[in-house]
Amino acid sequence: MENITLLIGIVIVTALVFDFTNGFHDTANAMATTISTGALKPKTAVAMSAVLNLVGAFLSVEVAKTISGGIIDESAGIRPEVIFAGLVGAIVWNLLTWLAGLPSSSSHALFGGLIGATVASVGFDAVNADKVVMKVLIPAVAAPIVAGIAAWAATRLTFRLAKGRDEADTAKGYRAGQIASAALVSLAHGTNDAQKTMGVITLALVTGGVVAPHSDPPLWVVVSAGLAIALGTYLGGWRIIQTLGKGLADIKPAQGFAAQTGAATVILASSHIGFALSTTQVCSGSIMGSGLGRKGGVVRWSTAGRMVAAWGLTLPAAGLVAAGAALLADQGDWGIAAVAVLGLGVSGAIWAASRRKPVTHDNVNDLNTPQGLPEEPVGVVTAALQAVAPPPAAPSAPVTTAAAPAAPAAATTG
Amino acid sequence: MHIDWAALGQVFGVSLVVTVGLVGVFTLGILGTSRKPATTTSAPADTAGTTALARTGAYACFALCAAAVGYGIYLIVA
Repeated sequence: MENITLLIGIVIVTALVFDFTNGFHDTANAMATTISTGALKPKTAVAMSAVLNLVGAFLSVEVAKTISGGIIDESAGIRPEVIFAGLVGAIVWNLLTWLAGLPSSSSHALFGGLIGATVASVGFDAVNADKVVMKVLIPAVAAPIVAGIAAWAATRLTFRLAKGRDEADTAKGYRAGQIASAALVSLAHGTNDAQKTMGVITLALVTGGVVAPHSDPPLWVVVSAGLAIALGTYLGGWRIIQTLGKGLADIKPAQGFAAQTGAATVILASSHIGFALSTTQVCSGSIMGSGLGRKGGVVRWSTAGRMVAAWGLTLPAAGLVAAGAALLADQGDWGIAAVAVLGLGVSGAIWAASRRKPVTHDNVNDLNTPQGLPEEPVGVVTAALQAVAPPPAAPSAPVTTAAAPAAPAAATTG
Repeated sequence: MHIDWAALGQVFGVSLVVTVGLVGVFTLGILGTSRKPATTTSAPADTAGTTALARTGAYACFALCAAAVGYGIYLIVA
């Protein structure tokens, strides 16, 4: 640990920032419908998700090994600069999709970034094309379909069984069940996604010669990755929560339960069988499926279309940004400094743009859709919450976390 | 290019069966514990003793779901 160079330090910090945006981005997966159906108050929901993400990060190091040794050929001369450029690409794309309120896969952004940076810096040979297809493309198509059909069928069944029952009577049970499913999704997310960051940091340490190839991530890596993802989750990407919880479909408690259970099942089944599906796509698919499963249920296809377009763009867009960053970073120390400064500038600009129409935990359930959704009773609770504790400027943290460590870094390397 | 269709099919099958099964069982549990409307025909048993039976059945359903959640946690940890 003593011989970590400045560059590797920058990579580690950037990886943690990515981890933060990952948690931030993916809170919606577990908690969007939980919040929109009123199963949990917004703040409670993100707090629970954050804790479970943190716990999940400590549960296993299985994924971390496969990410650092999978898609990219580490032996082909991947240097820390390349990883840094890849992370910058992934972060920028994550922030952009967050600004647009679109749930896109953070893992795909990470893969795209790493692939783009590797191609720009080393060449196509260093990327395992087979692995890209198997781990990114096929799952991206399969996940929403599998989850959507499962959630659709489950929604149909539960509405048929509960026919004739007063919704007020059953809603409580559904909400309780939904909390359990959402907890599983959060836990699974922590084990999967925090480990991607651990994998990246370990990869950086391996390329820098600090740890031996194919070794487990050191404990401090596990701890910091877990904390970063939990913090991001807690601050909550409210824009994406709003889209998934309210924008995509009108979700009643029964549907929320069916969608969340379907998502949890698909995520666990896929990772257990060894065909990992992206959490984001699974959750979006299951929400759409349950939206269609209710008689008279609507899915807002324009929102769904934008979301699918964002999925398609994630890999190439993050890859392009990362490729540009890699070319710049290859120019030497000033190039790396320029990438850091540009990355911070873009992040700051995105954050500034988001402040024009902030979405926070107290307006997350009010969405002015064409259908004119009825306001949830949650609004009252959150209004009270707001009176007690004024809402923090949630999205300001990623900028400050990024700014603090990278600014001195830029000064020293430049 | 090798695509593992078998694994994908397995994921699909398992997900569909487990999701529908769990949601179905949980719904039965909710039905057993929630208030019945006056003109019910959904419960197979009739008149006296129905509520006790329904309750027991409902708790069994919830227990099954809890077991499924436990298994889920086991899968995550293992």
